[in-house]
Amino acid sequence: MSNIDLSINFAGIKAPNPFWLASAPPTNTGYQIMKAFEAGWGGAVWKTLGVPVQNVSSRYGSINYRDTRMAGLNNIELITDRPLADNLREIEEVKKYFPNHAVIASLMVESKKEWFQIVKDVENAGADGIELNFGCPHGMCERGMGSAVGQEPEVLNTIVQWVMEAATVPVITKLTPNISDITDPALAAVRGGTSALSLINTIKSIVGIDLDTYAPYPVVDGKGTNGGYCGPAVKPIALHMLKELAGHPEIRNTPISGIGGIETWRDVVEFILLGATSVQVCTAVMHYGFGIVREMEAGLRQFMSDKGYSTIYDFAGKAVPNVVEWKNLNLHYKVVASINADKCIGCQLCHIACDDGAHQAIALPTNGSRVPEIIDENCVGCNLCSLVCPVEECITMERRDDGSQTESWAERTMAGKVPEHFNDPRGGGVGHFVPEPSAALQYKRKDRSGRK
Amino acid sequence: MAEYKRPETPQEYQRNFPPKKPLMNTSEAYYESARCLYCYDAPCMTACPTHIDIPLFIKQINTGNVKGAAATIYDSNWLGNACGKVCPTEQLCEGSCVYTEQDMKPLQIGRLQNFATEAVMQAKTPLFKPGPDNGRRVAIVGAGPAGIACACELRVLGYSVEIFEAKALPTGLTVYGTAPYKITNEEALRENEYLQQQLGYTVHYNQPIQNAAQFAELEKQFDAVFLGLGLGATAQLNIPGEELPGVVGAVEFVEELRMKQHAFQVPERVVVIGGGNTAVDAASESARMGAQSVHLVYRRTKADMGAYDFEYATALAAGVQGVFEASPLRIEGENKASGVTFSRPDGSEFHLPADLVIKGTGQAKQGALLAHLPNISTDAKGRVVVDAAYQTSRPGYFAAGDMVNGGAEVVNAAYEGKLAAQGIHQWIQNKNA
Repeated sequence: MSNIDLSINFAGIKAPNPFWLASAPPTNTGYQIMKAFEAGWGGAVWKTLGVPVQNVSSRYGSINYRDTRMAGLNNIELITDRPLADNLREIEEVKKYFPNHAVIASLMVESKKEWFQIVKDVENAGADGIELNFGCPHGMCERGMGSAVGQEPEVLNTIVQWVMEAATVPVITKLTPNISDITDPALAAVRGGTSALSLINTIKSIVGIDLDTYAPYPVVDGKGTNGGYCGPAVKPIALHMLKELAGHPEIRNTPISGIGGIETWRDVVEFILLGATSVQVCTAVMHYGFGIVREMEAGLRQFMSDKGYSTIYDFAGKAVPNVVEWKNLNLHYKVVASINADKCIGCQLCHIACDDGAHQAIALPTNGSRVPEIIDENCVGCNLCSLVCPVEECITMERRDDGSQTESWAERTMAGKVPEHFNDPRGGGVGHFVPEPSAALQYKRKDRSGRK
Repeated sequence: MAEYKRPETPQEYQRNFPPKKPLMNTSEAYYESARCLYCYDAPCMTACPTHIDIPLFIKQINTGNVKGAAATIYDSNWLGNACGKVCPTEQLCEGSCVYTEQDMKPLQIGRLQNFATEAVMQAKTPLFKPGPDNGRRVAIVGAGPAGIACACELRVLGYSVEIFEAKALPTGLTVYGTAPYKITNEEALRENEYLQQQLGYTVHYNQPIQNAAQFAELEKQFDAVFLGLGLGATAQLNIPGEELPGVVGAVEFVEELRMKQHAFQVPERVVVIGGGNTAVDAASESARMGAQSVHLVYRRTKADMGAYDFEYATALAAGVQGVFEASPLRIEGENKASGVTFSRPDGSEFHLPADLVIKGTGQAKQGALLAHLPNISTDAKGRVVVDAAYQTSRPGYFAAGDMVNGGAEVVNAAYEGKLAAQGIHQWIQNKNA
């Protein structure tokens, strides 16, 4: 593993590794950032600077899923509430101790004059780069900043141009996911001359309702407001938007810093495979502290060693070509579920998931055991059973086509072989077994009280 | 040196009998309940004699609906709290948890059940309501698990219910015959109190119903009679010396221990004869009460023992020594028992000195009592014969629990008692149709 070099040059911003802290509560102070660098983080995006705000008490709410705390986190905290001068002094001090780590100043102001001033201020303090916060979906957007900018590509483009005019250090434009097509603001940023992009910022959210006060969490004196959603739950949305940019011909040459639910080395590798060349983390640190980076770094190194990579650029973007449109998927590819009876514990979740939630392809055993049976001819290879199975490697999906034939929907359409009217037998559902509706009536809700 | 010091205070008694299934705190219940897979047609439900919807109540605990969880439990089992504590869950629900198929720890169903039911009992949360008064009256003989379950179910159906209990306390063997580390006296009594407060059945204590005249009186006053008397005293060994002081039945031993607690004096050397759960319990408890040596002597092999493996393991851990394939020949002693002579299958004999001999040879059936009630059929084993509605061969008389099943768990009695109540309801309805 000794030949592995984790260092990066991200649009001109150098860092010893791609693990950066996202602009957020963990980067509110120089103390936190220096502690993080000591723990192994390679860079940090300072909590957004601007005119200091007044925050409310009670700021975070979370989704607990079964026994998992903070599967998703909701935040109504605004940008920095500390004076700019204090932050600038601390940036300077951090850079003195850690000259080779990346310190990036996240900024959010309103007027052109303010942008010019604050860009100069943070450059003078020694910031290695600037990140434009066009993402916050709570509070600041009500004042025309944050996601309000990210949702208006023209405004975004103008501000990027102002900043590029003033800045001498690389500029990252951070995007909001609260938009229907992420490539619109990304293109506006690229056309405005941004050095790099980062995404996603948090997702506009209501994380839950207090069932006694009827107010959303976090409750502030009987009321609540929408927050920004983050944490493990948002990763799939982030990955998708990342791919939208990394696969876009006009955007893909702009470096992208990936953000959104990153907690483990697997998350890190996935983001890099979809084109990110640095990653930013917040919720995982808010949950476990800066030490969480140990697992990310060890896992990334192990992955790179196993695969024979020496830098992250060796595999960055490797998954992008494999994300295609649905119409280009091979319709002849066929997998069927297989249950390993030796591993099966008989919970029968696969049966009920398939019977109630999918394609009626898993029968209950008739031999007195509790191991369900796959009905091969009904199985559409949807994966659901293997997803709900609680036992590792008990249900596997086995390939049944010989791989000799490939045909996509696009090709079928070209060949004129697609269904054209409502009852066209060329639809895929013909010949697939489904039970008669009345067969459902044999399942009565059981009365377990023992009463007649 | 014995494993346990003789307890002299209530605190020391508690220390010697730490709860086997201690109450979970909220966090433990949350994390444990999260492990439940919510199996389809869950084996735990099938294994439970009362068919509690276990995946449902566990999910309810996990989603913060603890009151709903308790309601789910009581909907199936009127003694939901006691059963969570005293059930051999290792053999029933937990033993069938699918996790065990891959050598993973099963859900701690008993403790989760306690968690939910304790919460409503401690908060005195009302969960039940008696049905509208239907003007009918049912007499219940015996306030054990079968009787209480029958009473609760009848109250929900609108019957007025009076229970006649021979002893001073309700819940039968739950309070009188269970190992103290499974359930304390207070815990056992509290559940009946909780049920009685909400459902309003009457219990007449110290009122044994034991002769024909009393039964005739019940018949006069009530529309139906339910018999839930359990079993009788410990059966005779029929060997010399059995009548000596210092020779007791296991059931009587446990009862005295549970009533006197730390004030109960177990002597230094104890010999327990038998291989069932009650014998093993008595041996275990003797050791925990500070006896210097406790021998559990069983006439057949270890594999033949009726006791559950985990109960025997508990006894061994408390310092009990098992002796197998030895039958008692006689109990020696001048004015009180001093030892037992046993014979081996090869005809050889050996002697074990003992200050106390406990006979764990099973309880006798209620034959003498039933003699007062002509037309109540029993089978060859002395068990009362009932039909599917738990009606005996004597019309208007219903029975359930140990006297019908020959001696099973609290949970079996609780279930049968409930079904018998439904049987009574059907019978009265049909009679008046």
